[in-house]
Amino acid sequence: MKRKYTLIFVAVVVIAFLTVAGIYLAHSNIQVLNPKGPIAEKERNLIYIALGLSLIVVLPVYGLTIAFVIRYREGNKKAKYSPHLQGNWILETIWWLIPTAIISVLAVIAWNSSHTLDPYVPIASKNKAMVIQVIALDWKWLFVYPKLGIASVNYLQIPKDVPIDFNVTADAPMNSFWIPQLGGQIYAMPGMSTQLNLMATSYGEFYGSSANISGNGFSGMNFMTRSSSMGGFNSWVKSVESKENRLTLSAYAQLARPSMYNPVSYYSKVKNGLYLDVINKYMMPIEKSSSGLNSSYSTNMGMGMSM
Amino acid sequence: MNYAYILGKLRGDVFPHDIVTIGGASTMAIVGLGVLLYLTFSHRWTWLWREWLTSVDHKKIGIMYIVVAMIMLLRGGFDALLLRTQQATSVGSSHGIVSPNTFQQIFSAHGTIMIFFVAMGLMFGLINLALPLLIGSRDVAFPFLNLTAFWLFAGGMILINLSLGIGEFSAAGWLAYPPLSEINYSPGVGVDYWIWSLQIAGIGSLLSGINFLSTIVKMRCRGMNLMKMPMFVWSVMGSMLLVLFAFPILTATLSMLFLDRTIGTHFFTASGGGNLMMYVNLIWAWGHPEVYILILPAFGVFSEVVATFSRKRLFGYTTMVWAIAVITILSFSVWLHHFFTMGAGADVNGFFGIMTMVIAIPTGVKLFNWIATMYRGRISLRLPMYWFLGFVALFTVGGVAGVVMAVPPADFQLHNSLFLVAHFHTMIVGGVLFGYFAGINYWFPKFIGFKLNETLGKCAFWCWVVGFLLAFIPLYILGFMGATRRIDHYSTSLGWHPLFIVAGVGAGIIALGVIFTLLQLIVSFIQRKDNLDLSGDPWNGRTLEWSTPSPVPVYNYAIEPVVYDRDAFWDIKEAARSGKKLPAPEYEDIVMPKNAPASVIIGLLAIGLGFGMVWHIWILVGLCFAGIIITLLIRTTGEDPHEYVLRAAKVEEIEKATRARGVAHV
Amino acid sequence: MSDTAEAVITFVPDTDKESKAIFGFWIYIMTDCVLFASLFATYAVLRNNTFGGPDGAQIFNLPYVLAETIVLLTSSFTCGLGILSARRRHKNKVLMWFSISFFLGLTFLALELSDFRHLAAMGDSWRRSGFLSAFFTLVGTHGAHITVGLFWMATMLFRIWQVGLTKANVRRLTLLSIFWHFLDLIWIFIFTIVYLFGVMQV
Repeated sequence: MKRKYTLIFVAVVVIAFLTVAGIYLAHSNIQVLNPKGPIAEKERNLIYIALGLSLIVVLPVYGLTIAFVIRYREGNKKAKYSPHLQGNWILETIWWLIPTAIISVLAVIAWNSSHTLDPYVPIASKNKAMVIQVIALDWKWLFVYPKLGIASVNYLQIPKDVPIDFNVTADAPMNSFWIPQLGGQIYAMPGMSTQLNLMATSYGEFYGSSANISGNGFSGMNFMTRSSSMGGFNSWVKSVESKENRLTLSAYAQLARPSMYNPVSYYSKVKNGLYLDVINKYMMPIEKSSSGLNSSYSTNMGMGMSM
Repeated sequence: MNYAYILGKLRGDVFPHDIVTIGGASTMAIVGLGVLLYLTFSHRWTWLWREWLTSVDHKKIGIMYIVVAMIMLLRGGFDALLLRTQQATSVGSSHGIVSPNTFQQIFSAHGTIMIFFVAMGLMFGLINLALPLLIGSRDVAFPFLNLTAFWLFAGGMILINLSLGIGEFSAAGWLAYPPLSEINYSPGVGVDYWIWSLQIAGIGSLLSGINFLSTIVKMRCRGMNLMKMPMFVWSVMGSMLLVLFAFPILTATLSMLFLDRTIGTHFFTASGGGNLMMYVNLIWAWGHPEVYILILPAFGVFSEVVATFSRKRLFGYTTMVWAIAVITILSFSVWLHHFFTMGAGADVNGFFGIMTMVIAIPTGVKLFNWIATMYRGRISLRLPMYWFLGFVALFTVGGVAGVVMAVPPADFQLHNSLFLVAHFHTMIVGGVLFGYFAGINYWFPKFIGFKLNETLGKCAFWCWVVGFLLAFIPLYILGFMGATRRIDHYSTSLGWHPLFIVAGVGAGIIALGVIFTLLQLIVSFIQRKDNLDLSGDPWNGRTLEWSTPSPVPVYNYAIEPVVYDRDAFWDIKEAARSGKKLPAPEYEDIVMPKNAPASVIIGLLAIGLGFGMVWHIWILVGLCFAGIIITLLIRTTGEDPHEYVLRAAKVEEIEKATRARGVAHV
Repeated sequence: MSDTAEAVITFVPDTDKESKAIFGFWIYIMTDCVLFASLFATYAVLRNNTFGGPDGAQIFNLPYVLAETIVLLTSSFTCGLGILSARRRHKNKVLMWFSISFFLGLTFLALELSDFRHLAAMGDSWRRSGFLSAFFTLVGTHGAHITVGLFWMATMLFRIWQVGLTKANVRRLTLLSIFWHFLDLIWIFIFTIVYLFGVMQV
């Protein structure tokens, strides 16, 4: 009897706890499951599919375990006891085949989606893609809009429904560029350039961070991404163009010095080819110059590899 | 006089500055000093030295491994409490209880300690205890190597604990990716401490790998061909093969990182022609097999436990062997899934994603076979079975999370998030740790001679399970909420705070579980006289070790066993039950290995070597290295066979004394 | 099913000291192989990362490397002759052949160290580039193994001179010879993959 009351008590506590948790979560922004762009949405669907397929195995495992522990416990003399039962080729074949079948399905999905959701693949859209260059610094994000010649620190603004082709590098240890509500991340590595194609299909403000530890101030490497209308984007660009600060090589060198929790800042004019300069800094012996940047050699900007 | 030769990089300000680290270092120093003083004043040094520290008895070595691992569990666990406290309090305008750098050292230490010293320690401990007995052998293949491997393991442990008080530890995570771990971004000694603790402990692991594989191949008793070995032995074989192929990669990689940091090479530097991605590949080419190294023996324990406590043969022995073989081989084909986001391209990502999923198949098959073993058995729900059931509950969840992340584009969203952290903790705690706890509870009466208190053990179990769920389910959710791992501060508006608080409570409950385990040990020890294992077979076991007295005599088996079938002891008991007459025992002289002080010397010299490498005290390095080589050459080329003979009469005397207490004579 | 005592035993353990030692040592050699494989893999990845410095063709001197190779291979040959003498229990011959191996090994090391010093003096040390880092480490690790082998060989020479060709000593010589031949094999890979391929710019 006592056991029954314990079980009921535990069940009540668990249900109450789950209810509170459920209500809390329903009002939270579960970013990965709340996509605001096609990449994030497809990636979320993959998570659901994989979860669903796995349940085909999980539910029988839990069910059978609980059933067998109850039925075949030593106190239960009614249950049949077969101490020499040690194999059954039919059963074993079945439970090799079923997981294999599930994994085969998932494997096809994984292969196909690896190709369609390859971060380097441009997003199909009637709008032309916008290139934004991302440079991870200690410990902030620098975003350069090469065509517009402006830059911002720890803040990104993009127009809705326009594919963004992020080119990502670092002038710092390895970081990872991640905006969960728009899509998965890509590593930012010094001396190399990686690519991430994302698009926002909703208006809003989305949280972004660095997903790889890069030192002391790495927790402060958060940035806001605002998706606005084209008009809103253009007026934002105009406001940045009117700012005083220019991102010259020496201003860049100053910015690249270690600092944490940088507030949002803007640069109205960016040195041409700064992104390439940052990568090239790691490629060949540095010549003595005031900024230490060397832009006279080309770099291999292949698929994130430096070889 | 130029003190740089003697002091290297040591300066006056190498001691910790923040209260948390000072507290940790002081506690360790005081407790350590207390133990040393106790030993001195109770005149126990000679006993300790002769009976334990220099003993090449694999059973004693196994217990020493487990003791060291449990001590490190306390340190690693306390690190975890600090991490949870920081993340539960460092939100908005508060920045928690430690600085970012200290926080990063804490999680780096936590991961390193838990994997290398707790998990590996428990594993080698259990293998040392059980393996020779399960194959009917008197010892491992190379007893001196065995003790030396232990002292290298202990040496690495001492080095990593020294880092708490003298200098600092790495703040680059448990795997220390470059360029963060290179000298320009980590100029202190922290990463060097990390490198050398692991290098020394890693060599110990390699030596154990050689030893245990040789033991399995060469030292099985008569009649025990491969397909009659207990499942635990197969799992150890797979695990040791992995050790042998994976650990040299770690040795090479750690060396290259050290060279980069010390003599200016460009293996993994961002500039100078280095390739940081090479490090990531190498370290995970070791790192992934490492986690299979840890889990396979745990699977082996479960195979023994489920069969014994279901009082039934393990279902599908042949399949289980094949599953281990497949897992062993496949574990070398999946390493890239740890960095899908590094930009290798769709083909490469796709291949490794598929291989990762494929490895889930034999793992699932093993689960089904255990469940089938329970079918139509007579299940005795003793503590080891509790841990098995906890494993089924948790490991399945972790496995599902793993399958989800095996799909590369899904991983792009989950990589390096708290979802990942929750996944691998579920696998390592729910799989590895629960497996080793089951093994400890299962084999404790055999090696220590009395049974563990079941009630306290069950309290510990429930605290672990409930605590784990409370600590890690929030982390799964936080991963979905976009929370990255290793952050020491976050903003209130993200809505993560309540989940971190729940996780903190969970960690506290796990801590309670650890306390219950300690209580279990203490209370069991106090009550031992009432709980002696007189029969040597407290669980009605199936394998050979249960035919010996508890605790096991130094020579294990007075008569070398002969085996005709799997579940050899069960087989023998059945034969005895059916009235078969067993022949009278004829005792012979047994050759036993002598104690090996050389192992302790090598271990101590290794600590000196590591310390010298960390602080650039090259004289110390040279002397210790020369000392190790000289010790080895003297020991291994000397005339002394390092053996003694246990006369037959003595063996008979021991057997009669231990069996007079009522052992089933076989 | 449960068998009776009349069933056939199909496995008998092989716990002879020599057999165990040789087996265990081969396993160790296998792990050393994996270590070198990791260094070879790193070399393969970094060999074109010259970072403005010299590549293999510019710094490798094939005739010199050929000399090193002949020296090392000969020392392996004399080691083999030494083992034959050990099996025939000719203590003095064993001492002679292994002394020759020792001195040839020493010569190899001297040649290699001289080459390294020369490179470093020209500014092409391990600091110069990823390629040179990988080169020095791979070849240097082999050299370090040779050094340890030489210490071992010297010790064995001393022991055999001291107590003669006991069973234990012959066993240890066998292990040493396995080690020495293994290092020879690794050198052949180095000679081919590092020096030959480097000069031929494969």
